[in-house]
Amino acid sequence: MNIFKFIGNRLFQGIVVLIGLSLVIFIIARVVPGDPARLALGSTATAEQVAEFRSKMGLDKPFYIQYWLWLQHAVHGDLGISLVTRRPVAEDILQFFPATFELCLMSLIFEGIFGILLGTIAGRFANSWADNAVRLFSYIGVVTPPFVFGILFMLFFGYLLHWLPSIGQLSPNIVGPPRITGLIVLDSLLTGNFLAAKDAFLHLLLPSLSLAMGGIAQDARITRASIVDNSGKDFINALKSCGVPNMFIMFKYLLKPSLIPTVSMMGLSFAYTFSNAFLIETIYGWPGMSRYGMNAILNKDLNAIIGVVMVLGIIFVTVNLLVDIIIAYLDPRIRLRTQ
Amino acid sequence: MLNQKIKMYSNSSRFPFENLKRSWYKFSRNPLSILGLGLLFIIILSALFAPWIAPYPQHAGKFIDLKERFQPPSTSHLCGTDSMGRDILTRILFGYRISLLLGVVVLSISVPIGVTIGMVAGYCKGTVIETICMRITDIFLSVPPLILAMAVASVLRPNLQNSMLAISLTWWPWYSRLIYGVVSGTRNEFFVQSAEIIGASKVHIMVRELFPQTISTLFTKVTLDMGYAILTGASLSFVGLGAQPPTPDLGTMVSEGSKFLPEQWWMSVFPALAIVLVILAFNLVGDGLRDLFSLERV
Repeated sequence: MNIFKFIGNRLFQGIVVLIGLSLVIFIIARVVPGDPARLALGSTATAEQVAEFRSKMGLDKPFYIQYWLWLQHAVHGDLGISLVTRRPVAEDILQFFPATFELCLMSLIFEGIFGILLGTIAGRFANSWADNAVRLFSYIGVVTPPFVFGILFMLFFGYLLHWLPSIGQLSPNIVGPPRITGLIVLDSLLTGNFLAAKDAFLHLLLPSLSLAMGGIAQDARITRASIVDNSGKDFINALKSCGVPNMFIMFKYLLKPSLIPTVSMMGLSFAYTFSNAFLIETIYGWPGMSRYGMNAILNKDLNAIIGVVMVLGIIFVTVNLLVDIIIAYLDPRIRLRTQ
Repeated sequence: MLNQKIKMYSNSSRFPFENLKRSWYKFSRNPLSILGLGLLFIIILSALFAPWIAPYPQHAGKFIDLKERFQPPSTSHLCGTDSMGRDILTRILFGYRISLLLGVVVLSISVPIGVTIGMVAGYCKGTVIETICMRITDIFLSVPPLILAMAVASVLRPNLQNSMLAISLTWWPWYSRLIYGVVSGTRNEFFVQSAEIIGASKVHIMVRELFPQTISTLFTKVTLDMGYAILTGASLSFVGLGAQPPTPDLGTMVSEGSKFLPEQWWMSVFPALAIVLVILAFNLVGDGLRDLFSLERV
């Protein structure tokens, strides 16, 4: 059926968005006063050196040609050379990306498990003490920025209780696995290094949980609302009146339609997680993209900045696409509407 | 039909300030809203009068007293002192001034832009203008605001003005989407049609007929957003893209303090809690308003 057309349509929209995004950053980077070539070479470079560098990097060409050249390269996965480290931006990003991805993935898992669990409990036992507890928790989660959770968790679980390690990706006395995927826990498991896997997993817990708190709170809130909303509907009443066991109704019939808003919320917050990961990585000394991004920002390394933003944009678009597909699977009304 | 009309006009959500006393009564029934309002009142007052109520007003700027550095919370320094020996409580109070200023400036730039675009797009529904406005809005909406703000602020020179500018640039599309929704829903109602029939100009219809319909939504959204704009500002200054030292900025203070964890925990924890407090206050009031106007969309 039309699922391919649906996906193709969404893909096209995503590409338009990415082009728009890159254009916006390009325009802003142009409007800004200051010469990127001069910034890259420092104040000691001579005028000839600056001019040579400028023409080598294509910075002397008009804006739209620069953009066109950049776009041509970007399509082939070449995001240009960093103006500061002189290394290819794409390579650098690939180097740092897996650590960030691991963090965000773990936080998504936390979000999925705890958000849906808390929301289901609150919705199932609406207006009980459990519901009120979840409501209070959601409120705290929504108004507290992730970096505050990061600091509090680090102090409480890391330093006060000594339950979990709170700096970096691995303990210093443990040898890390060889790089296969870049996800340390996965790499350790693949190479059979269970000691490193456990250590890396423990290191992952605090930062990913602090990242996930906001999402857990929102998911719980939305799942609860949606379950309460759906449990008054006719099809649930019909099942109840037929004497179908409550638990059976819950898991087979009620949960699936109720999770639709949660899934779309999770997709959105997964994309937001990547921007918040910047802050969490700084606190926990996590060797991810934030360090690279922060250096790029400090040094006005335009190619690197655009690279990092584009990678985040691509993640955002991809996640939204996946979410749309999952929702189309969960909700036949959306799937069939495209016919 | 008539019943529907009566219901429509008696609904306070459409004319929120028609009966202030009654609205206030409804709002004040919720203790959480009152708590939020109280908090907000305290925060705003303490920000306004920071130079007079702060224990060490001279610590707000460049001030170094190495003898007093890293003092834990005590009666003379309620929230401790930082690496320069400055009183943290004083800097939090002055930091609130920056945060509130940032919120106000960001919203007063982005709300008019967003509302205008949303209003025009909603009124011109079905035309090219609508498509252009809403596609541009969609592009901006499709990027997490923090990332876009970081990207914009990072190509500009890092300071308070530029971070405000960057956040405003990422903030307006939320308003144009919201107002577009409200306006495109009301633009075919009778009062708009009758205004069109008697020959009112487009500007008149937008400003005098459609805009008042959006006020309750707008008011609620702005209240909720003050907190989130402040949070985004704090996140930007956390990565070094906001107000530069020695200006007391809450985000900068948290990131400075996080370098001294866990020994000097007070350096980051108190400014962090201050950020939570201001977001909480705006959220509680915003939620109260949302219930008052019985809105669901915001």
